[in-house]
Formats: sequence, C-alpha cells, structure tokens
Amino acid sequence: MATVALTESGCPSGLAPAADAETRRADPSAFVRRDAHGAETLELLIQGAKCAGCIRKIESGLLALPGITDARLNLSTGRLRVSWSPGAVAPSLITESLARMGYGAAAFDPATAARQVDEEGRKLLRYLAVAGFAAMNIMMFSVPVWSGDGEMGEGTRTLLHWISALIAIPAALYAAQPFFRSAWTALRARRANMDVPISLAVFLTLGISIAETLQQGEHAYFDGITMLLFFLLIGRYLDHKLREQARTAARDLLALQSVTASRIGADGRVVAIGAAEIGVGDTLLLACGDRAPVDGIILEGVSDLDRSMLTGETLPQAVRPGDQIHAGVINLSQRLVIRASARAQDSSVAELARLIEAGEQGRARFVRLAEKAAALYVPVVHSLALATFLGWLLAPALLRFVGFEAADVGFRVALMNAVAVLIITCPCALGLAVPAVQVVATGRLFKRGVLVKSGDALERLAEVDVAVFDKTGTLTLGILRAAASLARISRHPLSRALVEAAGPGLAADSAREIPGEGIAAGDARLGRRTFAAPACLDAEDGAAELWFAQGDAPPVRFAFVDALRIDAAQTVSALQQRGIKVELISGDRPVAVAAAAREAGIDTWVGGASPADKTARLAHLLAQGFKPLMIGDGLNDAAALAAAHASASPGTALEASQAASDLVIQGAALMPLIEAIDVAKMARARALENLRFSALYNVIAAPLAAAGFLTPLIAALAMSGSSLVVTLNALRLQLSWRRA
Amino acid sequence: MNVMIFLIPVALFMAVVGLCAFFWSLRSGQYEDLDGAAHRVLIPDDEDAPN
Repeated sequence: MATVALTESGCPSGLAPAADAETRRADPSAFVRRDAHGAETLELLIQGAKCAGCIRKIESGLLALPGITDARLNLSTGRLRVSWSPGAVAPSLITESLARMGYGAAAFDPATAARQVDEEGRKLLRYLAVAGFAAMNIMMFSVPVWSGDGEMGEGTRTLLHWISALIAIPAALYAAQPFFRSAWTALRARRANMDVPISLAVFLTLGISIAETLQQGEHAYFDGITMLLFFLLIGRYLDHKLREQARTAARDLLALQSVTASRIGADGRVVAIGAAEIGVGDTLLLACGDRAPVDGIILEGVSDLDRSMLTGETLPQAVRPGDQIHAGVINLSQRLVIRASARAQDSSVAELARLIEAGEQGRARFVRLAEKAAALYVPVVHSLALATFLGWLLAPALLRFVGFEAADVGFRVALMNAVAVLIITCPCALGLAVPAVQVVATGRLFKRGVLVKSGDALERLAEVDVAVFDKTGTLTLGILRAAASLARISRHPLSRALVEAAGPGLAADSAREIPGEGIAAGDARLGRRTFAAPACLDAEDGAAELWFAQGDAPPVRFAFVDALRIDAAQTVSALQQRGIKVELISGDRPVAVAAAAREAGIDTWVGGASPADKTARLAHLLAQGFKPLMIGDGLNDAAALAAAHASASPGTALEASQAASDLVIQGAALMPLIEAIDVAKMARARALENLRFSALYNVIAAPLAAAGFLTPLIAALAMSGSSLVVTLNALRLQLSWRRA
Repeated sequence: MNVMIFLIPVALFMAVVGLCAFFWSLRSGQYEDLDGAAHRVLIPDDEDAPN
C-alpha cells in the first residue's frame, strides 16, 4: 500500500471539517447487497470528501483492509461503493475505518441506491447530441449557400439542400421526441403548452423545406429547425438537471438520517435491520439517542423521551414499561426494549400525511412564470401565423377590389411566410429564459448548503411577505436534541448539559443513578424536584430543570433554556428589514414560546399550537392574501409546511418535514435562508428580464417575418443571438455573487 | 467543384465518428462523476494507487 497519511483526520486539504467520530455509527449490515458477480457490495454516502487527497485516502485506506476487492468514490455525488467477496469483511468494519479516517459514512437503502443512474438525463443528452451534430453539419452546407448567393449554380444549391434534408429529417424527428410527447399529452388533455407550437413548427418547417427543395427553390430552413431543437434541448436538459440534482441531494440527506433498527431475535441476538423490515410484534432495542422507528409499547426500561419532533414540547416525558411510544420520538436517558405495534409506513404519521396531501393540492395551483408566458404566447403566435397566411393569400384580391394593381402571390409564398413567423417566434429564448436562471441560482445556493427542491420553489420564495417560524429545533437548537447526541454515551441529557457547563472535574465515586429520578451520592441528591427537593413545591415556570440538594443546605435549582440558534435574532431582523413580517408559532408551552419570541425579536407569537392550529394559521394568512413562508422541522410542522406558499426546513428535520418543504438548509445557521430569499428575488428579476427580452425580440422579428423579409440566414442569426443573450444574462447571477 | 464529391462524405464521416464517440463516452459512464475525474488527474499513479 502507498504511504497514506491516516494520522490527520478528514480532508487532507482542510476543505471540510473532520466528522465527529461518535456520530453515525449505525450498523450498515442491513444495506449490504449481492452484485451480478456474486460479490457483496455496500453503497455509502460519504460526508467531508472534497478533493483528490480524499479520494486517495478513502480508496487506498479501504483497499488496505484484508478482503476488500474494490472501492470507488464518486466525488460529485459523494457516494462510495465498496465490494468484497462474501463473508470476507464485516460491514461495520468499513464504517469504522472511515470514521477513523475522519469521514462520516451513512449506508444507503438499497431500494434508493438502485436507481442512481439518471436514465432521463442520458436520453436528453443523446437527443441534444444528435440535434447538435445535425445543426453543425447542416450549417456546413448552409454557409456556402448563403455566401455563394448569385454565384452558386441552382444544381449545386439543390444538391446541398438535399444533403441537408437527409441529415435534418431523421435528426429532427428523433431529437424532437420529448416535445412531440409532451405536446401530444397536452393536446389529449385539451390543453396547449409551449411544446404544441414547437412540434407544429418542426413539422411545418420540415414539410415546407422539402417542398422548396423539390421545386429547386432558394429558401430551405433545415439549418434553422435543427438549431432550434438544439437550443430548446439545452433548456430542457438544464431544467431536468436542476430537478434531478435537487432530488438526489434531498434523498441523500434523508439517507444520512436513514433509520435502522436493532431487532432482538428469539435467540436473544441483536440484528441490525432497515426500518421498512420491521414487522408488527417485533422486539426492538432502542439505545440512548436513538429515534423510535415505529410506534410501539415499552417492554423494559425507564427513560425520558424527547417528543419535540412530534409536539414542539421541550420538556422530556418520563416513560416506564407499558407506556406507548410513537415513531419519531428520541430516547434520551436509558436503553429501552419495545414491541412494535405498527409497521414504519403505518406509524402515527398517517393522519399527518393526509394533512400534507391536502396542503400540497393548494400549492399545485401555483402557476410557474414560464407557464404564464406560454399561456400568453401560444395563442398570439398561432393567430399571427394564421393572419400572415390569410393576409398574403387574400391581400392581392382585396387590393384589386379597391382598384389597385396587384398580382396574386400564390399559396406557396403565403405558407412560406406563415412558417417563417412560426420559426422566428419559436421560443428558444423563452425556453431557456427561466431554466438557465434557475440552474445558476440553485447551483449558487447549493454551494452555500441550501437545497432547493424545484424551480418553482424559487419563484414562490421570491414572493413571500410573512415568515412563520416553528420554535423548537428551528429557531432554537432544541436542547434535548442537542444533548441527545451526548446521550448516546448514556447519562441523562440535562445532567450532560450541566457537565458541559461546569467544565472538567472529578466524578463522584459512590454515585448511583436511579432511572427517571436522579443521582444520589451520600447525602447529596441531583435530579427531579420531587426527588432532590420535595420541600420546594412552589409554582413551576415550565422550564426544564434539575435540583441539587446536599444535607441541610437549601436546594439549588438549575434551569435549562432552549437556546436560540446563534444567528436567530439576526435572521429575524434581516427578514424584517426586507419587509417580511415574522411570526412564531409553536406547540411548546406559552412561557417558553414567549421567552424565545422576546429574545429573537418577534412580536407575534402563538404557543401551545397543535398541528391543525398551525395549518389553520397559515390558511388564515393565505386567505388574507399574504404569501407565507413556513420554517419548521418537526412532524407537527409537516402539514403547515405543505400548506404554506413556500417552506423551508433545517437539515435536522424529520423525513416528512423535509419532503414537504421547498428548501432544506444544512448546518446550524439560519442566515442561509436570507441568502436564499435574496437569490430567489434576483433570480426572479433575471427571469423577468429574460422574458421581456424574448418578448421584445419577437415584437421586432415577427412583423419582419410576416412581411416576408425573413431569410434562413436571418432566422439562424436571430435564434442563436437571442439564446446567447438570455444565457449570458442568467450567468450574471453568478457574477454578482463572486463580487460579493 | 468536383472535389465536393469527396469532401462532403469525408466531412460527414468525421462528424459521425465524433457523434459515435460521444455516445460511447455517455454509455461508459464518463459523465457520472465530473468532479472526481477532474481531481483524479492529480493522484500520482506511480505509487500503487487503486485503478
């Protein structure tokens, strides 16, 4: 093996921080698959791999393990594929050695990993290649025709046209398939989309150019039609790439919190399984810091549960054998044995799923910018083409009727000019205008850790005027959840928080922990109020607390506050500066909500809100004509996220909430949300500029075409010129970022 | 102008070769990891790096 520096942890170039060795130690055995050659393979998502040094370190580090036959890291997607001969390696050894190297690794669900090849994208690339090939080669014949004007013999010109036709006809019919399919679907549903005029233009142009060539005419548009398809396919490919990137990234985020469970078999052995494999009646082991994968009943163990994902409540709930446990709660202090009472997909979220669906139906009514443009564009262009045709056909007769001299121009010229209108107005620039901007904008946000799930999400985000925050886990970090990662090493999260605050010191030797109550050592007691200081039963203020009492000294109370994220107040004031009203709505106790609202600088707040209350508040805002942005992370927010005009969730949010939101913000900071709003507004401005430019272009070009001044040369120049302008304008978004 | 009879097929043939080469690269997965390909160039292969 080569000399690989395994001593330094994480990325050797220092581009990414090393992963905490304690995180993500789930057993990946459940995700091992057999490949076609009989070898066992595992797909892992690697965090923190950024450079060539990482590739080398990870690949050679793993190949150095005995038994590993192949290790290949895909740096673009962050996926690592490891193979070994059956039984040669324990899968947990792979994740362990990756953790030692300083990289976080999470196993993939085989079902999601299986469809990693982007079939649709490849198909579009093939269409794009064919259209580009045809456009360039036909141009090779068109340029001599244009430049040899007058000198070239009619025979040579027709020969060149015929060769162009031989390339253009099959290429156009092949490469235009995505447009034909989409247009056909739209027509069958008695609607018209942008692809209808495109398909019509393809057929008409091919037809008229063939007719022109047959009659040895001068104007054939074979170059124009293939170039048109080439530009349109670029727009289509960018649009697809954008959605695919967001989809993959969202799936990867979820894979990182992929739920595995530890099932206790009849023989008492613990096996790691995927959450989807849990059956009703299975006995599961729930270690400290684990999230319950399914609903269940507690069989053994006394512990505290963090229910904030479900209810927004920050205080832990004490549970004992016989109590119900819901999917999504986090076990905090002691390990529990539970019996599954439902499968993962049926667990407590069914009702929420229904609410989410109802919310998303509302959002489907949103009309994208490009669709609005198409709705205007399609009828205008079609009637203009029809008017051109009828005008050229009937105008001479009309002129004669009023006494002028005019000769008939004939059916052919009329049709030729009508087709010229269709070609010149074909929405190259229009098709590129919006996707080009959105690709640049989402790419920029992606680098800042903000995942944009779709193009229209950006458009909706640009319009928001009210921001509704959830408290626990969104505006705050959620003390219990932060402490839950510490609880993996056992101990109650509150006592861990206390240790954190006190700094290093000695541990009491004789201390013993009484689960659910507290810790006792000699005459000193630390724990619940009822345990350590039963005499102090004065009014509760609702904060999470610990009491300490020693001998006869008055008991000391430690109150724990759910701390705001560091930039929460900054984010709120940045939103307010942008004219966006900020509200706080939480399921937590009103006292805690009021305190958080005061600290963050939010005037309007609601506490003790149920998921239905949250949705109702958003529906109320929507009904008043506001465009609310919901920011939340828990299951109790999922329905509200789906109902809002736009929505965002932190990367720590539950699967259902991430699925329901438009943006996912990774990392502990909230400020990327402000950048996302700014970029969305800029993107909207760029997209509108592009649409206005396309409109202006059509206003100038269409009358020229209708008047019969259009030649294939002008059409080619106009189309490529306008597409370039639109793309360059989109790239300005990137420029303004570099300068900032 | 008779030279066109040769030049046109030659030009088209070369273009078709280019198109086929692109399809081959697409099928062999060369567009799956563009970032990785850019970085792998930097890994020296005189040491027994994985291939």
